[in-house]
Amino acid sequence: MRVTKSAAVAAALSLTAFAAQAATLEDVQARGELNCVVTTGVAGFAAPDENGRWEGFDVDFCRAVAAAVLGDGEKVKFIPTTGKTRFTVLNSGEGDILFRNTTETMSRDADLKLTFLPVNYYDGQGFMIRKELGVTSAKDLDGASVCIQTGTTTELNLADFFRINNISYEPVAIETNEEGITNYSGNRCDVYTTDASGLASTRAALDDPSAHIILPEIISKEPLGGAVRHGDDQWSDIAKWVVNALINAEELGITQANVEELASAAGDNPSINRMLGTESDMGAMVGLDAQWAVRAIKAVGNYGESFDRHIGPDTQIGLERGLNALWKDGGILYAAPIR
Amino acid sequence: MTEKNYIPGEHPDLPPPSNLIGPVAWIRDNLLSSPANIIMTILSVWFLYIVIPPTLNWFFLDAAFTGEDRNACRAVADGACWAFIGERFKLFTYGFYPEEHRWRVNLSFILLIAALIPVLFDKAPFRSLGLKFAMAFPFIAGWLLVGGLGLQPVPTSQFGGFMLTLVIGITGIVFSLPIGILLALGRQSNLPIIKVFCVSFIEFIRGVPLITLLFVASTMLSYFLPPGTNFDLLLRVLIMVVLFSSGYMAEVIRGGLQAIPSGQIEAADSMGLKYWQSMRLIVLPQALKISIPGIVNTFIGLYKDTTLVIIIGLLDPLGIGRASLSDTKWTGLSTEVYIFVAIFFFISCFGMSRYSLYLENKLETGHKR
Repeated sequence: MRVTKSAAVAAALSLTAFAAQAATLEDVQARGELNCVVTTGVAGFAAPDENGRWEGFDVDFCRAVAAAVLGDGEKVKFIPTTGKTRFTVLNSGEGDILFRNTTETMSRDADLKLTFLPVNYYDGQGFMIRKELGVTSAKDLDGASVCIQTGTTTELNLADFFRINNISYEPVAIETNEEGITNYSGNRCDVYTTDASGLASTRAALDDPSAHIILPEIISKEPLGGAVRHGDDQWSDIAKWVVNALINAEELGITQANVEELASAAGDNPSINRMLGTESDMGAMVGLDAQWAVRAIKAVGNYGESFDRHIGPDTQIGLERGLNALWKDGGILYAAPIR
Repeated sequence: MTEKNYIPGEHPDLPPPSNLIGPVAWIRDNLLSSPANIIMTILSVWFLYIVIPPTLNWFFLDAAFTGEDRNACRAVADGACWAFIGERFKLFTYGFYPEEHRWRVNLSFILLIAALIPVLFDKAPFRSLGLKFAMAFPFIAGWLLVGGLGLQPVPTSQFGGFMLTLVIGITGIVFSLPIGILLALGRQSNLPIIKVFCVSFIEFIRGVPLITLLFVASTMLSYFLPPGTNFDLLLRVLIMVVLFSSGYMAEVIRGGLQAIPSGQIEAADSMGLKYWQSMRLIVLPQALKISIPGIVNTFIGLYKDTTLVIIIGLLDPLGIGRASLSDTKWTGLSTEVYIFVAIFFFISCFGMSRYSLYLENKLETGHKR
């Protein structure tokens, strides 16, 4: 038994070592298409529109990376995954990069061998409940049945929260957010718990949103971000700096509309010049050309533009920037400088 | 009133007494024949009265057929919001297939019908020609859908919706039957190698859930193939689905084979028929006829199992529906989506089961109980 196990481990290790040598950037460029792991559908973050075009906040990051690497933000193949299959798809090499409302945790980073990209959405887990039940605090939820997505950090947080407060609950396991809505509105669970961003959009979609409240407790930290496989540092650098570029672009006032103009000639602001390749060639450090950030911003706009387009206050989902505002505006979005 | 006299024996048949014919008598006979039946009838009528009007209301009378988004639907009607399905209909049908190439899907579908008619009905005109076409159809359709050889290639990752269900379902059905027959015969073979191979294959397939096979096909295979090889995902799925359903098919057909008395095979042997001749002419026609209900059962099961492909990131109608529900314009309309998808599956599966009844009746040779 032990022998077979260590043989399996050795085989797995050699495979990992093999995978580590493979250069994702070259693979992607040879293929001409970026395989991006997304959800099977979470409102505002990733979902196909009526023409089958994927749209959403996470989708924009996929497109930005594709634009930086391939020169065209449309050259993305989206791989829809459930909470359970997402990491397998990424680790097996089916996907090149993952943007799927994924919480960064130590075990995922170290044990599942992922390299997390900078956080693109700071979230936290909340509870939604029917008003008529008269519950005003999550601590009153003793004995409640709770709809919970399997294979997610929310599942673990929920268990922790109820254990700490010494109360009991009855889990109703679901697979997707959509299933959660159906079960919750069909009265098969008293409480629906997921990330607060998801709760807001879920509540907006219910027949009578005013009959439901989101409890004030936020029981966890959920830093959501993209991820790539361990073992290809060039590729993780590219992805990381594309995300940072979008956040920095907002800080520097670079938008989808003015990026080409700003990139046409060096201006007064050296930070902008560095990022847009008019003063130095930052792209060469990660194996790209000088225009990488220009293309990414041209494809999807800066962080704030993408946020407003898909999940911001003017959309159906109506999320405020909150924690996700730039550090200058009272949030905690603080991207490392490009220099 | 004058009475007409008839010659004895020529009196015309009189209609039955009026209380034995007509709707009243039918109702009395069938619905009100005993106190228990009267109660059942009243309960049924009450049940229908409770169920039908709200259902009709929801489906048609109080439904919105046009509208920009969910709020527009809700503004005009409280019932179903079919505008959602209308807007998404193309996505449901073609998945992510590129718009300018969708005629290829349509053409394949028309050719599919043309190929099915000679296969399904033996009175179809030009049948022998039609059968030849049907043999060629999978390759023609494959070429049309995937492209190449003059047509612009369309990656199979863009397949989706009803089209994907049909591709997987029909491929599974077409290939699993012959493979299943071979496996069933192999399982009864006297040659140990063939027998052991068939038995272990069938037992392996039956011991593993389809979802596991699909998962292995989609993710684990990449670990074993050299990096950079791109083995088409849909092709892997099709292979797994065919293998899976042929394992089940083999057992269904084995049931039919076992119902054939050994005297039949001995008779064929004594006629000097070779193994394949006796199978083709004597055993299989009888065995397959007995197995029809089981075979169709497996087909229907396979067809419905195609929805499992969502686990590996292919969007069948159910997956498209779920993803569509995440569109902020339309969230919360899950009932419409599930009913729409259910209607599609019902039509396909009911069609298959009616055809199997028709076939059973046509082939009925007096053994039916």
